[in-house]
Amino acid sequence: MKQLVRLAVVILAVCGILLFTISRLNASQGYSGGNTLTVYNWGDYIDPEVLDSFEEETGITVIYETFDTNEAMMTKIQQGGTSYDIAVPSEYMIEKLKEEDLLLPIDHSKIPNLKNIDDRFLDLSFDPNNKYSIPYFWGTVGIVYNSKKLDGMKIDSWNDLWNPALKNEIIFTDSPREIIGMGLNSLNYSLNDTDPDHLQEAYDKLVSLKPNVKALLGDENKMLLASGEASIGVVWSGDASEIMGENANLDYVLPKEGSNLWFDNMVIPKTAKNVDAAHEFINYMLDPKVAAKNTEYVSYSTPNKEALQYMPAEMVNDKRFYPSPEQTERLEVYENLGPEKLGRMNELFLKFKME
Amino acid sequence: MENKTTRSLYMIPYVIWIAFFVIAPILLVLYYSFQDLNGDFSLTNYQNFFTPIYLEMTLSSFWYAFLITLVTLLFAYPTAYLLTKLKHKQLWLLLIIVPSWINLLLKAYAFLGIFGTYGMANKLLEAVGIGSRQLLFTDFSFVFVAVYIFIPFMILPIFNSLDKLNPTYLDAANDLGASRWTTFRRIVFPLTIDGVKAGCQITFIPALSLFMLTRLIAGSQVITLGTAIEQQFLVTQDWGMGSTIAVFLIIFMFIVMFATGTKRRRARG
Repeated sequence: MKQLVRLAVVILAVCGILLFTISRLNASQGYSGGNTLTVYNWGDYIDPEVLDSFEEETGITVIYETFDTNEAMMTKIQQGGTSYDIAVPSEYMIEKLKEEDLLLPIDHSKIPNLKNIDDRFLDLSFDPNNKYSIPYFWGTVGIVYNSKKLDGMKIDSWNDLWNPALKNEIIFTDSPREIIGMGLNSLNYSLNDTDPDHLQEAYDKLVSLKPNVKALLGDENKMLLASGEASIGVVWSGDASEIMGENANLDYVLPKEGSNLWFDNMVIPKTAKNVDAAHEFINYMLDPKVAAKNTEYVSYSTPNKEALQYMPAEMVNDKRFYPSPEQTERLEVYENLGPEKLGRMNELFLKFKME
Repeated sequence: MENKTTRSLYMIPYVIWIAFFVIAPILLVLYYSFQDLNGDFSLTNYQNFFTPIYLEMTLSSFWYAFLITLVTLLFAYPTAYLLTKLKHKQLWLLLIIVPSWINLLLKAYAFLGIFGTYGMANKLLEAVGIGSRQLLFTDFSFVFVAVYIFIPFMILPIFNSLDKLNPTYLDAANDLGASRWTTFRRIVFPLTIDGVKAGCQITFIPALSLFMLTRLIAGSQVITLGTAIEQQFLVTQDWGMGSTIAVFLIIFMFIVMFATGTKRRRARG
């Protein structure tokens, strides 16, 4: 019994010390009130130096957290454990967040730098008049291919992937909308087509591609494509530029049938505690020089047209990552299809994987 | 009397644990499984489960789990048998267990490198003269890595029951003229069947819901019920359907437990 009591005392003491340490740690990180801003962003999606200079210039302490899927982010915002002041969801997720009434409207008068954003990235269908969201980065879905391993073969359309010579050479991104969307695009249907006959047709066509598919992967695809394990990948543009940075034999192409155009945007969730600081942060990120610095680090495409002049010319003039308005014309933005239709796509995708 | 109160006092942590971390989650899963996409009570998820897609998925989950368990057993039994015959058997056993302390994800990534086109396995095949071939993202590599991961858990219970086996039985069998094969078939194996069953349970049940290896090693070309649950929750955000699959997974696991557990109870009772 004596021993038990002693044990209990020791445990309580340890708990006490841990609690004290946590409160000290939180205080030193600025969790204990004061002028703080909690930012919730994708992993490796901001230049840490930009955060530092923001803290220096404004005196606001930034608490930075990351997520890796839109859905995980939405769940955390919904459940409201942490009060995020800024989040960076993709366009279809913004529609969902709006439906669930989880966003605060953005006061444009507090964001004078909004004028720096290229008009073609403003007032898009997922958020008319940018009431709730401000563009952060944008990009496309396309084909990255190893021209050296393919003996100089040219690829410029989705249908090129059906070439029997490419047996076991393709790595897909493990994501239903991208892959089903590509099937639809290859038949010249819209990415957002939900006609059951068209979906079935796309599915049948994708199944006939199966012999060429080596694997469907997450972030591992970057490593395998750079190392030459497979010679073709269907990936997001930013991943492509990262892979090409590691292996110069790779090239990125936007298929001529069309593809997906996506936008990640800054929003202020309803849980926000420091709405003023959130506006200040958004405005700061839109400053041309800051945006240029951030873009060089992240290597996705910036919607900030004033920032382009501060960036290396070869980056800005690269039509693969900064396609012209004529090129983006044939690209489509994902619409929020609603749970039933998304579920149908997901089922077809699972079936495709099992084939 | 006092004995009784202290005993019920000791029960408190156990009861709290079971209530919060076993019963409550299962009830929640059950509750969600009866909700359709609009949050209304319905049986549509259960109807959906009996469509070809999910039935095929269930079958393929069972098939791979069966294959993994069988191969694991085939390697684990002789290994465990050999271990009991060694001089420093506890040390050898420890060496087999040590790799299971390493994080599963790390091991999976290591296999990405080993089985890759330019990996060690292919270099070895070339050196032997077989020539390099596609290893990664095949059924073979999936079963191989799964077996590698589960094998310590299969060896342990079998080793324990072999180690407890009274050697005088073997001497008696020998004296009575039984061949070594007969001794194994009629005496050693039946006496260690409990260890085999425990090992099979520990392997088969997690193998049914493996989901990370299906992506990393099988390149998402093997789909188990675990993968389907992950997708329903994270991609489709259809928690109802995800929960329904989980309910069936729980039912299947209970069936497996009962199928492999009854005899032991009868033997003791």
